[in-house]
Amino acid sequence: MTALLRTEGLTKHFPVRRGTLRRQAGTVQAVTDVSFQLEANETLAIVGESGCGKSTLGRALLRLHEPSGGKVWLKDMDITALNRQGLREARKHMQIIFQDPFGSLNPRMTVRETLSEPLLLHGLATSATVRAEADRLIDLCGLARWHAERYPHEFSGGQRQRVGIARALATRPMLIVCDEPVSALDVSVQAQIVNLLQDLQRELGMAYVFISHDLAVVRHIARKVAVMYLGRIVEEATTEALFTAPRHPYTRMLIDSAPRPDPAALRHKASAKGGTPSALAMPSGCAFHPRCVLADDRCRAIRPELRQVGQSRVACHFAEAAISDNVVPIKADSPALMRRLAVLEQARAGQK
Amino acid sequence: MVDPVLSLRDLDVRFNSDGHQLRVVNGVGFDLMAGQTLGLVGESGCGKSVTSLAIMRLLASPPAEIAGGEVIFENRDLLKLSKREMREMRGGRMGMIFQEPMTSLNPVYTCGSQIIESLRRHSGLTGKAARERAIELLDTVRLPSPEKRVDDYPHQLSGGQRQRVMIALALANDPTVLIADEPTTALDVTIQAQILDLLRDLQERTGTAVLLITHDLGVVAETCQAVVVMYAGTVVERGEVGAIFADPQHPYTVGLMAAVPRMDALQGRLTAIPGSVPPPWERVVGCRFAPRCPLADDRCRNERPTLREIAPGHEIACWKAPIEGVSATGGQS
Ligand SMILES: Nc1ncnc2c1ncn2[C@@H]1O[C@H](COP(=O)(O)OP(=O)(O)OP(=O)(O)O)[C@@H](O)[C@H]1O
Ligand SMILES: Nc1ncnc2c1ncn2[C@@H]1O[C@H](COP(=O)(O)OP(=O)(O)O)[C@@H](O)[C@H]1O
Ligand code: SF4
Ligand code: SF4
Ligand SMILES: [Mg+2]
Ligand SMILES: [Mg+2]
Repeated sequence: MTALLRTEGLTKHFPVRRGTLRRQAGTVQAVTDVSFQLEANETLAIVGESGCGKSTLGRALLRLHEPSGGKVWLKDMDITALNRQGLREARKHMQIIFQDPFGSLNPRMTVRETLSEPLLLHGLATSATVRAEADRLIDLCGLARWHAERYPHEFSGGQRQRVGIARALATRPMLIVCDEPVSALDVSVQAQIVNLLQDLQRELGMAYVFISHDLAVVRHIARKVAVMYLGRIVEEATTEALFTAPRHPYTRMLIDSAPRPDPAALRHKASAKGGTPSALAMPSGCAFHPRCVLADDRCRAIRPELRQVGQSRVACHFAEAAISDNVVPIKADSPALMRRLAVLEQARAGQK
Repeated sequence: MVDPVLSLRDLDVRFNSDGHQLRVVNGVGFDLMAGQTLGLVGESGCGKSVTSLAIMRLLASPPAEIAGGEVIFENRDLLKLSKREMREMRGGRMGMIFQEPMTSLNPVYTCGSQIIESLRRHSGLTGKAARERAIELLDTVRLPSPEKRVDDYPHQLSGGQRQRVMIALALANDPTVLIADEPTTALDVTIQAQILDLLRDLQERTGTAVLLITHDLGVVAETCQAVVVMYAGTVVERGEVGAIFADPQHPYTVGLMAAVPRMDALQGRLTAIPGSVPPPWERVVGCRFAPRCPLADDRCRNERPTLREIAPGHEIACWKAPIEGVSATGGQS
């Protein structure tokens, strides 16, 4: 069976131009040699620090950034080989949603107009059926029918994200790239949107590439995780394996740094050191070596290839040695919290 | 019993905008103890920043109006100080750090000269002594090569480094109180962990009391000893961090805690709170959380609950608290 989405050596480098002649002064190696597979109906999370290339990768998948090298296949279709006409057709199957849906929604269009446009453009509805089809999308995304005639500025952040999702769903895509879709939302609303995305996936059967810097959200939504560092995947594993037995020292640093909402948890000193690196000045050998506690001469000289280690793919010379077990043991919620929640849920059920 | 370093009592803040009056902070109060970190939590727009700006007297008036309350610091009400006395206080015995470092750093001066100026103004330190102290401060906040960085302009530093410089500036004159408004929200988790470590260390050494404003319960759990939970401009619950996490009582606090995704929990649905925070122009007579609360009844909708103690040091503003045993269907528990 072919994967739904497959990349091979996907690369995006940006030229850096300086001076009045705009001469090329260097390159930003935003994404380099990224290969992965994503099955239908599944979620692959992309995590990493700011500037590591997550958004660039997401956009390159859809050719919103023209890749500098490598290939992208959606099922049997080579996306990188399509001409403009073919690409327009293919975009129907691949959609993207952003952190700030406001920036991507036309402020002068009502929700109904926003949803009708792609439906008519791709011939998925006629002028006779477009109204009903837009209503269906509105229901699906948990908006109220009266929202249809409103403009983006009249909505809260969570509602705008629902509109963004509804628009992405209009063309019945097989794949949605979600670029930090909940990062700007409050936790209570974030939970609503994460649940909505999961429900939609179950009902409609789409695959997600879910870009996030929040490991806790990732653990909830993804089945597989790819960790990026300076443009490259340094570890890829199932969510379970990544959280219980991270192999790359950088993965462990990320997990260690995330604050845990549990005052009783053992408070350890942050293991993270060094600042977020720049894609402009790539370190020699393993790009992570200036911040790595395990780095030795080999690390400074030779870049480790991404290779299979157990169930994971890891780019580290010491991937075998570096395994540490049960890094994030599963903890039950506090019994008091569960009891209170039960009271609230019971009352809520009683209201309906 | 330790005395509070800073006491906020019944703070009321309104914004007057074209004829409308928005009551964004209503009767907010808390005590900040010496050497303690107090977390002020709540979702965006609930009035955290306005509260902290009111304490520092940094709200522009108009449109803002402090309609009531007092801020007791060193036996005086900050709200009654003259502008000059207040300037003396800020950057001196009261330090402040913001989410966006450029709100307190001036882009046209070097990092060092801004710290030196503050040392001159508040501690009378000048010349070589001031420069040396500035370098020492930059070293304390673990800025790499402080003797070089002291002459850098803010734009030459990364976001995390600028945050460190701002902390150095806020700590320059050994403040008794430090107010930190979302100091790590814009940073990567790796840098956030370093900055929070730094704040903890500094506090252990100097005993500074910290008011930490955040929307992240994980940050609260890791750094605070006490918590104040705000909803729509009011305090709904407050107490020791251990008590609030082990025994959350207000339906909003319970919802907030259940909604936080956790790295150490099995996959499954997150528990969302339906609806969203009411906008400040919405007139609410009773409990502000009532439209989202499954326990709401007529009393909740008509009468405003006030804070009351349900366990030593643990206060809740909810008619139904303690909610154990309460059930809309009248079932047993
Ligand atoms: N159009 C562009 N021209 C030049 N460089 C770019 C461009 N877009 C991105 N970059 C650079 O590519 C690198 C990766 O950027 P990208 O936006 O993909 O990061 P990210 O992982 O999404 O970060 P964040 O978490 O902050 O969103 C960065 O160094 C960035 O400065
Ligand atoms: N200058 C202003 N004019 C009018 N309303 C304001 C102003 N500043 C803040 N507000 C309102 O006050 C409320 C509280 O804001 P804020 O304290 O910034 O929230 P938080 O910091 O908790 O996210 C919000 O409803 C906000 O829109
Ligand atoms: S290859 Fe070396 S420097 Fe790179 S992550 Fe592994 S141990 Fe660290
Ligand atoms: S007072 Fe009533 S509406 Fe408000 S939180 Fe308590 S039970 Fe809910
Ligand atoms: Mg991005
Ligand atoms: Mg704020």
